[in-house]
Amino acid sequence: MHTKTISQLSAALRSGEVSSVELTTLFLDRIKQHNPALNCFISITEAQALEAAAVADQRLTAGNGAPLTGVPIAHKDIFCTQGVKTTCGSRMLDNFIAPYESTCTARFRDAGAVMLGKTNMDEFAMGSSNETSYYGAVKNPWDQGRVPGGSSGGSVSAVAARLAPAATGTDTGGSIRQPAALCGLTGLKPTYGRVSRFGMIAFASSLDQAGPVTYSAEDAALMMNVMAGFDERDSTSVEREVPDYSANLDNGIEGLKIGLPKEYFGEGLDDSIARVIDAAVKEYEALGAVVKEISLPNTGLAVPIYYVVAPAECSTNLSRFDGVRFGHRCDDPQDLFDLYTRSRGEGFGAEVKRRIMIGTYVLSAGYYDAYYLKAQKIRRLISEDFRAAFEKVDVIMGPTTPSTAFKLGEKADDPVTMYLSDIYTIAVNMAGLPAASIPAGFVDGLPVGLQVIGNYFDESRLLNVAHKYQQATDWHLQLPKEFQ
Amino acid sequence: MEWEVVIGLEIHAQLATRSKIFSGASTAYGAEPNTQACAIDLGMPGVLPVLNKEAVRMAAKFGLAVGSRVSNRSVFARKNYFYPDLPKGYQISQFELPIVEGGQLEIQVEGEDARVIAITRAHLEEDAGKSLHEDFQGSTGVDLNRAGTPLLEIVSEPDMRSAKEAVAYMKKIHSLVQYLEICDGNMQEGSFRCDANVSIRPKGQGKLGTRSEIKNLNSFRFVERAINFEVERQIDMIEGGGKVVQETRLYDSDKDETRSMRSKEEAFDYRYFPDPDLLPVELDKAYIEAVRDTLPELPDEKKARFMAELGLAEYEAGVLTASRELADYFEEAAKIAGDDARRTANWVMGDLLGALNKAGKEIADSPVSAMWLGGMLQRINDHTISGKIAKQVFECMWNGEGDADSVIEAKGLRQMTDSGEIETIIDEIIASNPGQLEQYRAGKNKLFGFFVGQVMKATQGKANPAQVNQLLKQKLA
Repeated sequence: MHTKTISQLSAALRSGEVSSVELTTLFLDRIKQHNPALNCFISITEAQALEAAAVADQRLTAGNGAPLTGVPIAHKDIFCTQGVKTTCGSRMLDNFIAPYESTCTARFRDAGAVMLGKTNMDEFAMGSSNETSYYGAVKNPWDQGRVPGGSSGGSVSAVAARLAPAATGTDTGGSIRQPAALCGLTGLKPTYGRVSRFGMIAFASSLDQAGPVTYSAEDAALMMNVMAGFDERDSTSVEREVPDYSANLDNGIEGLKIGLPKEYFGEGLDDSIARVIDAAVKEYEALGAVVKEISLPNTGLAVPIYYVVAPAECSTNLSRFDGVRFGHRCDDPQDLFDLYTRSRGEGFGAEVKRRIMIGTYVLSAGYYDAYYLKAQKIRRLISEDFRAAFEKVDVIMGPTTPSTAFKLGEKADDPVTMYLSDIYTIAVNMAGLPAASIPAGFVDGLPVGLQVIGNYFDESRLLNVAHKYQQATDWHLQLPKEFQ
Repeated sequence: MEWEVVIGLEIHAQLATRSKIFSGASTAYGAEPNTQACAIDLGMPGVLPVLNKEAVRMAAKFGLAVGSRVSNRSVFARKNYFYPDLPKGYQISQFELPIVEGGQLEIQVEGEDARVIAITRAHLEEDAGKSLHEDFQGSTGVDLNRAGTPLLEIVSEPDMRSAKEAVAYMKKIHSLVQYLEICDGNMQEGSFRCDANVSIRPKGQGKLGTRSEIKNLNSFRFVERAINFEVERQIDMIEGGGKVVQETRLYDSDKDETRSMRSKEEAFDYRYFPDPDLLPVELDKAYIEAVRDTLPELPDEKKARFMAELGLAEYEAGVLTASRELADYFEEAAKIAGDDARRTANWVMGDLLGALNKAGKEIADSPVSAMWLGGMLQRINDHTISGKIAKQVFECMWNGEGDADSVIEAKGLRQMTDSGEIETIIDEIIASNPGQLEQYRAGKNKLFGFFVGQVMKATQGKANPAQVNQLLKQKLA
């Protein structure tokens, strides 16, 4: 049962083949068994989960279940959950229990989905390896000596190890797609504004977007049907009709125009990854798609400007963590300055501090124009690159990451190399576009992800394109040996 | 050396919205500490601001009233600094693109020519909470009820040349925001306050001197005193061979002096940048025109109308339009009085304002309503009472003895108009004062007043003075 997709679990729950309580118990047992090794979860909400499962079972018996009613899922610990600790992977929030529920998790709760727990993540979503978490590194189920990617490492590792059938994640520069690629899962970052950010702890407000982590595109569609939609509590969420993401999954893709940016296949890309991507593109051609080489000339600027914009926003987003009203407060502060500096000094980890300092610097008088303003201008150029490309093609494809999962500790002391592992994903956030990573093969037993980038609000097409590939291949059904 | 004083004001007007600028929490004043602060006001993790549309409408209204350009596109920015009463570690304000740009206002200091003061801009922002340093031994209490209250910061050009002008300008804005019903103007509660930028320069010099900024002045009197103190301080400083340093100063009303708070070197770098949680405010032409349609008659328009239609002098019209409540009171009373608006103006400006002043009351709390005053003036106009008796009637109304008609009735104050009755009284008085009569007839004209006085005394003031005059002249001749 634990290897089934949520589409299959949904059917099994409706037919009465299994109850939500049984299913929830099964996954809770798997979490208890494997979490000590993988460290995917920060909080396991067993009692609430069993209670929610019992309610879901009543709803199913009464015949008014929604597609996700009774389906257990995990939430990244960045979403505030009323009455359940929300840490954002930080010591700063080790004691924080929100008195409100994020819109995203509330929608799952209302749909009858059962929350198994809150997953581990890079501290405040700042990281690409899940090594910056105050709660320790998360292991990759395919090789426990390697990182699962980040920042949604806990969610992705949990789903890859089948400790949860699906999970939520957030993606600011690749935090859903990069770990999905490194763990062999389907991850979708929706268009900026498609999913509400209310109650989702902000890293970089203009880039953050929540999305699903699942086995398949079909599952991602089910998750999106719950998550997507306007929220009056988030001014940046978009008031626009939400399609049924499951409706067009089976549409044919004959004549689909795929753009391959030459900048995504150049220096820095591992040859073995390039071969996997080539093979995936050939598969699409076999399905009737047409491939074109395109150019996104400003690709090389994406990582540098991301490390101006994201730290700038995070440096002020994180000012509220000051030890005054909630979160970590140092012992016995001597005065206000001492309260601030020690509370923040103790509460934040090294990567968070690094980004706060970079962000403070680039917003400072005398540097603002040269860094922040310049970065905003380049950001528009990057968006313009994509706009021009989407006049010629329907989707853009390439590798999600330049290499497979790296070893724990391998890049932890070298931030710049770490930052470059998001080189293919970051530009998408800068432009606010939707993009998915889907499993496309293996190199030395480690998964490789294919990134599919769509035009604004074209999630339906992305999921259709991914689904057709998953109908023709079985990469997404592969399981790490230990967790079969 | 002759010095010229240069003053610019930054006025903070709290907008009279029911809820806060970015949350649904109430803005009502005076609640128990921290009972009107929701998760958004507390800056909790993950919560987001949502702009109060009413605050935008109020800001647009102000802009149109001072002839500004209301921006089609304005942008909220974060002003970053740490302070315990600033929950997010930044204040949401507007920086590069404010909602209101340009505009002007005419002010008049009594006895001087009217002057035009230019308004640079007005922008929307949220207020911070309050730090309470008393009552918490060695610690500071924080009350976040005020956090997130909408403010309109109105920034003037450095166009004022004296403390009196600064006060006149502030009073004019104070009156205007109340006319527009966008601010309650309550200065004690901090709904209306200002920072003053003050510098001096040798008369005739074009370049501005170094300025100091006096923070948080919450009464007209303090504005005047703080500026005057600061001007003296700067003159003494320069004439003593020193230099004015750019700094922020605080006014201590107990000691009547300003003192340094922080210098330019210690000034914060606020690291302003556009707030990514809020979209730019886009206002189209139709919206702006719709707001324009809701503008009430403004003080200057009202003043002009009072002069043209009601025949008031400029000074009277100016006083009576200084506040919308006073103007409304006057207009209602004048309408009921029905005749001679200047008489109404004199009564409102004289007896009514005098009594209010003495009692420390506002026009809204006047025991004599506009309807009562108008009713009393009607009785003067139709000769039921004389102006002199009216003073007595007014006092009775003030003391809550009822409207003019009831008072006149109850006290028998109706004017005597029966000439037969008055003639009888005159005859008696002439008869009992033969000496005075003789002197008068011998040419001592001054004694006419004596006889008038005697008649009025005998009638307890109820006789119509004109009638008495006429009859006396006949009888004494």
